[in-house]
Amino acid sequence: MEVAIFVIFALLALASAVVVVAHRNPVYSTISLVVTLVSLAVFFILLGAPFIAALQILIYTGAILVLFLFVIMLLNVSEEATHPESGRRIQRWLAILGAVTFALLLGLGVWNGYRGTDFAPMSEELVSLKSLASALFSEYLLPFEIVGLLLLVAIIAATVLARKPPREEGSTP
Amino acid sequence: MTVPVTWYLLLAAALFAIGTAGVLTRRNGITIFLSIELMLNAVNLSFVAYSRLLDQLTGQLVVFFVLAVAAAEAAVGLALFIAIYRHRRTIDINRMNLMRW
Repeated sequence: MEVAIFVIFALLALASAVVVVAHRNPVYSTISLVVTLVSLAVFFILLGAPFIAALQILIYTGAILVLFLFVIMLLNVSEEATHPESGRRIQRWLAILGAVTFALLLGLGVWNGYRGTDFAPMSEELVSLKSLASALFSEYLLPFEIVGLLLLVAIIAATVLARKPPREEGSTP
Repeated sequence: MTVPVTWYLLLAAALFAIGTAGVLTRRNGITIFLSIELMLNAVNLSFVAYSRLLDQLTGQLVVFFVLAVAAAEAAVGLALFIAIYRHRRTIDINRMNLMRW
């Protein structure tokens, strides 16, 4: 049962990830990324992290990707223009070759390091929200506060950057 | 039968490589950003898999912080794209080769 769920959602995640990268229209890429992220949330539940799965759906698909969609609509960049430039095609194939080599190397390392390793039975402590919260607010309190500060800085930076530049003195509007 | 550890890690590696290919081949700034989000999520998957393997909560907490940093990164990056678009009327990264203009 677990294997069946894993295989179905792994294929779904890989297919939608390819669509994210390959589709020419960024709106479809964003929607496809939603599918990838929801499948990853399923894996998080299988791995005993239901709270992280909920956060994944709420924050990633609910907030970040909606922000992407807003910006795409704001900028009106529907299709990528195709003007063939010299060396573009060879560059693309080299990039894909490099990515495949990278994946094979990573996979080789994982295969050599963890082949035959199996998960221990899931402990109660790993799944419970209580232990996660107590670790977050005791041992990891400082990183938590720093992340809060980072988000504040990001909000201010985004507002300053996206604001219309103030008019120069004396220039006609 | 439970799913072996390697399957999760191999899936994460494959997703990360797809994201890398996207960053290297695409020219639309937004799509490159989406590819970066994909890479971040591949890493999140391997963090949660390790958290389960080692039976420690640290992996899940790191994913929590990665989510927060990804949100900050998306906000600032998209604001940058809006600012660039206002100047250049494009977000094609091949035409963004000047630091100032």
